[in-house]
Amino acid sequence: MNWEQLLLVSILLSSLIPGIIIFGLPEERHRLRTILNLCGAVVKISLIVIMDIGIYLGHTFEIRMPLIPGVELLLNGDPLSALFATLSSVLWLLTTIYAVGYLEDSPNRSHFFGYFSLCVTVTIGIALAGNLVTFLLFYEMLTLTTYPLVIHRGTDKSLRAGRNYLIYAFSGGAVFLIAVIWLQNVVGPVDFSATGFSPGFTDSHGTVLALIFVLLILGIGVKAALVPLHGWLPQAMVAPAPVSALLHAVAVVKAGAFGIVRIVLDVYGAQNLLLLGVLPLLGGIATITILYGSLRALQQDNLKRLLAFSTISQVSYIALGMSLVDQPLAVIGGLVHLVHQGLMKITLFFCAGNLAETLGIHHISKMNGVARRMPLTMAAFTIGALGMIGIPPTVGFVSKWYLGLGSLAAGNWWLLGILAISSLLNGCYFLPILIRAWFGKQQESWPEELYVGRFETRLMLLLPPLITAFTVMAAGAVANAQISPLAWVRFIVREYGL
Amino acid sequence: MIFLNVDNPSWMITPIIVPLTAGLLCFLFQRKTFAIALSAVLVNLLAACFLIGQLLTCGPMRYSMGGWQAPLGITLRTDGPAVLMLLMTGVTGFAITLYARGYFSFRIDDPGGTDRHQQQQRYFWPLWLLLLAGLNGLFLSNDIFNLYITLEIIGISAASLAALSGKPAARLASFRYLLSSLLGSLTFLLGIVFLYKSCGLLDLDLLRNLTENGPGVRAALALMSVGLLLKTALVPMHFWLPPAHANALAPVSAILSALVIKGSFYLLFRLWFEVFASSITTEALNVMGGLGAGAILWGAIQAMRQHRLKLMVAYSTVSQLGYLFVAFPLSRAADNAQVWSIVIFMAMAHACAKSAMFMSAGTIFLHFGHDRIQDLTGVRASLPITVLAYGIAGVTLMGLPPSGAFIAKWLLLSWALASCQWWWVLVIIAGSAMAMIYVFRVISRFIVIPEGFSSQKLEFHSRLLEWPALALALISLLLGLVAPWLLHILAKGSIDLTQILPGGLP
Repeated sequence: MNWEQLLLVSILLSSLIPGIIIFGLPEERHRLRTILNLCGAVVKISLIVIMDIGIYLGHTFEIRMPLIPGVELLLNGDPLSALFATLSSVLWLLTTIYAVGYLEDSPNRSHFFGYFSLCVTVTIGIALAGNLVTFLLFYEMLTLTTYPLVIHRGTDKSLRAGRNYLIYAFSGGAVFLIAVIWLQNVVGPVDFSATGFSPGFTDSHGTVLALIFVLLILGIGVKAALVPLHGWLPQAMVAPAPVSALLHAVAVVKAGAFGIVRIVLDVYGAQNLLLLGVLPLLGGIATITILYGSLRALQQDNLKRLLAFSTISQVSYIALGMSLVDQPLAVIGGLVHLVHQGLMKITLFFCAGNLAETLGIHHISKMNGVARRMPLTMAAFTIGALGMIGIPPTVGFVSKWYLGLGSLAAGNWWLLGILAISSLLNGCYFLPILIRAWFGKQQESWPEELYVGRFETRLMLLLPPLITAFTVMAAGAVANAQISPLAWVRFIVREYGL
Repeated sequence: MIFLNVDNPSWMITPIIVPLTAGLLCFLFQRKTFAIALSAVLVNLLAACFLIGQLLTCGPMRYSMGGWQAPLGITLRTDGPAVLMLLMTGVTGFAITLYARGYFSFRIDDPGGTDRHQQQQRYFWPLWLLLLAGLNGLFLSNDIFNLYITLEIIGISAASLAALSGKPAARLASFRYLLSSLLGSLTFLLGIVFLYKSCGLLDLDLLRNLTENGPGVRAALALMSVGLLLKTALVPMHFWLPPAHANALAPVSAILSALVIKGSFYLLFRLWFEVFASSITTEALNVMGGLGAGAILWGAIQAMRQHRLKLMVAYSTVSQLGYLFVAFPLSRAADNAQVWSIVIFMAMAHACAKSAMFMSAGTIFLHFGHDRIQDLTGVRASLPITVLAYGIAGVTLMGLPPSGAFIAKWLLLSWALASCQWWWVLVIIAGSAMAMIYVFRVISRFIVIPEGFSSQKLEFHSRLLEWPALALALISLLLGLVAPWLLHILAKGSIDLTQILPGGLP
């Protein structure tokens, strides 16, 4: 085992081991649990940064483990996995800090943080998966580890949401499994590679491969919350705020979107997909999802539900970018949105959690004048919301800019129109909230004001959204710098030779 | 000492002789039953490992008991599937023995009914060891009459074990079990009579090379198959299984569900795919597959409808058995070794997972005094390890990666798709989906702790009740990761007759 393989294993273990220890800790060992969590997160980030540098310098990170002929587990660190792994690990650290503050004094924390750590281990596993079998393994495990988090509150409502989540996720998993096996029967074992499988198969098995592509997208589309497979996501809002943040920005929905990227770029490859002619289908679903999510978000009064529909809409930008796989600019826009959407959405969820935890505000109609009570939280929220709309210099602008350029280059004027409409809709549902919060007059006292202290809320709740909001601005402002998500995505696209 | 040589085939009598002797010793030394049983299962496990090593170094072997050659004498043999089944029995049996110790001491510490529990324990150990000897004999025997005897030993000791709890429901269920089992054995015996009449041979290897394929052989095969199917509880012959498994004591349920039905299935599979492979028609294979599909669906539907945990787990066994039979019709698309690998992975994963599940259910029953699913909210607070074991075992039953069941289902699906038999795909997926429902229906109750829930403080607590189940559950989950080793052992396939009988066939 060389140092690269050792690094891959320790990246996974750096959250698995704390997770297992935390399960065994008694409830009252609060401090030790927090230290374990934070140490794990910091160690993980450092290891992943080392891996990023290694990948940039051209080292190969690869572990193979054959199971049965034709089926092997393969962990592989390539530039794309580095993108997702870095995003997940950084956001995990922030979410952990936030969760420690959020769950202060609530019961069952060992259970919660144990699954939290397992969940991030599995997410990193998804990032590092080097073929479809390994991806499937972690994809199913992700469902298992997030389920206890979704039903953490134990109310009837959360149990119902959990049941729906399971049914959706495992049905998707089953379709995905069939598609993977079928694909393997047709083209043999495929590792993720820059070109996908050999184009010879497209000539001989065109229809079957197109069908398998549809099945793969259906299977993965459940987690990516593509319409009409999105039903579980708004319901899963009953989970505690850090879990929602994790589900939307780091783990589940993101894993689905990442899966679409993998299937498009690495399993099929641009060339095969163009020959098969299935890309308009993906583009169509993505467009419908973008518009539908935004339209539904317009009707919501519950803040977290609104954010959920907004996620449905925003994550499909990634799928949209992938449907223009022959346009490097659109691919850049889609890939970079993987990171940008994560940063913006996690900021918004942190802020929504702060409002609920500090003032008991769950509904937009109760938010009049809340910015005067919690100016920093609402400032972060504003940055996140402006980012979602796509106003410069936030990161949202960068994604939309590249997507727009890509669709222009492809000669798809109507896609540009869709982007414009979507931004308009985003504005329609976010701006009223901002206006209400900043300029509205407080009409009644806050529903449950729980915390009055030196800051507007607990420091551990306040810091994470401020950091992510700052990043939303900074990463957008210096997008062209040497070290930024955009720069790394350009590096990826160069690697793919687009 | 020639006897102690590693390549001496007579080593393979150890897994039969040791539990048998230990079972007798348990009758004699009633104070030391646990020590005797523990050392016996330990030796049994070591012997299984040793036989695997022997298989890998020296290849498959035959051993003629008492030096009498076939067709006169009785022969034993080792090959890939046999040693893997021995290993499965060894590992599961070891864990169940530890669990049974914890179970009985918990019950005996319980005030009231101490005598009854001591009585139960006194009979449990010898019967269990006898059953173990019978199972090992079944896996190793190469003579069809000898196999009948092992079937009888297994059937009678299993039915007696099922009756141990002494409750009226258990007595009735075990009586039904005994009758079905005897009926199965008698049908099997009748088949042997036909077989002996038409070819005059009982040794499996010799029968295999028989070219004759007349009505006598077919009738014999049909009768033997029906007998074994009754014992394996394939739908619609499963009626005896759920009450017998659900009403028995927890360690007994684990033994019955994990090991006993695997024994008769193993024999059936061996007859169909090795001994009489040439007489098997595609229609017959399809019928078996159809029954298997029926079992998957019917068992899962019933499992989803149960209100009692142990009954649910028992119906899940009915369902999981179906996967073993769905492998039959797909054998036309794959070669024998591949079908063996499906069956072995499924059987091993199910043995570990199901015994872990019954152990967990038993522990919960002991601590809460009931197993009504709707009243089991928040069990996690009192028995976290047990709930974890239950959950992991459930993941295996659903066939999620990296469990052994996943490997089996992957192979099944792969061949079903390759040979365009997509209806099996639908059955397998539907079965897994229903497994998800019945597993999570329970788990979601276990792990949820609603606000204001006061967890029950438990007086007794024994590690032996929790950790063996968790260990087995983990083995079942991680079985897929050691798949290459298992395939390697399995590939040491069956015996090449010319090697064993240098003079050729008699």
